[in-house]
Amino acid sequence: MMRFLLPLAAFIVLVGFLAVGLGLKPREIPSPLVGKPAPVFQSPRLHEPDQILSSKDNLGKVWLLNVWASWCVSCREEHPLLVELSKSGIVPIYGLNYKDKPELALQWLSQYGDPYTVSVVDPEGRIGIDYGVYGVPETYLIDKNGVIRHKQIGPVTIESLENKILPLIKELQG
Amino acid sequence: MIPDLFSTRGSKQITLLLILALMSPLSWAKEAAPVAEDPVIEKRMLALSEDLRCLVCQNESLAGSRADFANDLRREIREQIKEGKKDQEIIDFLVERYGDFVLYNPPMKPTTYLLWIGPFVFLLIGAGILFFYLKMRRRQIEEPPLTDDQHRHAESLLKEDKGNNA
Repeated sequence: MMRFLLPLAAFIVLVGFLAVGLGLKPREIPSPLVGKPAPVFQSPRLHEPDQILSSKDNLGKVWLLNVWASWCVSCREEHPLLVELSKSGIVPIYGLNYKDKPELALQWLSQYGDPYTVSVVDPEGRIGIDYGVYGVPETYLIDKNGVIRHKQIGPVTIESLENKILPLIKELQG
Repeated sequence: MIPDLFSTRGSKQITLLLILALMSPLSWAKEAAPVAEDPVIEKRMLALSEDLRCLVCQNESLAGSRADFANDLRREIREQIKEGKKDQEIIDFLVERYGDFVLYNPPMKPTTYLLWIGPFVFLLIGAGILFFYLKMRRRQIEEPPLTDDQHRHAESLLKEDKGNNA
């Protein structure tokens, strides 16, 4: 009896491990920056390159920092959602135009819509390194004290908005 | 018209061509500027990035990866070395931003205990199972003691054997 039961038990355990493994997302590495102050940046605006935006200007409000680029395919996936979110006026979305060419970025925005209150440029990816960006798109939720409260790796989806981001925004704004 | 290569004017031309041909490597040397100006920095950067994981292509080290992202991080490391930062400071900088995940050699702490100790736990469990299994098997194959009848039979057989030999 044991002769059959033992391998069967081992097999079931193995299947269990594999099933859990299938559901894991190894590309989503939890950011150590969640719960820490968002790195401060000062960078030229995409639309008005002679004007500098400082992330400190956003202290006192809850805001989203969305890392995007015109070369990024998944950015187009989340883009309609961002446009809709910005229209709702729930939360200001700031764009970090990551390693992009300004003319391509501007063209991209005029083509697909511009959900950003302001976009700043990060042509060499230096602000990106400060924020621990390793894949675009990424979205950070930053609270009134300038602390990162959530990091969305990969495109924003309806589920992630409804289940995580919007409730958290409501809580932080309250 | 065929150029008159053997006239004095022609040999001057050839000499000039030869000089130009010889000079061309000099001009290449300038174009193929080395990636890093300082081999010492480059060596330290490479040694550091061997132990760091590229987050985009997760099974490659930062030193070995050709990803754009790895290039950026190598540039960052290079610059920080130039600024005179110590290796540990640079590693701390990266861990602060990307987490322990960038380390191929993760630190010992509660979240990584399983990672560090797990294999030894499994080894112990395996050794335990092997030990008990072997013990059980030895009991199974142990020879059962002979009954008195079998003893007598065996002794008589042995005696018979001796008698025949004599």
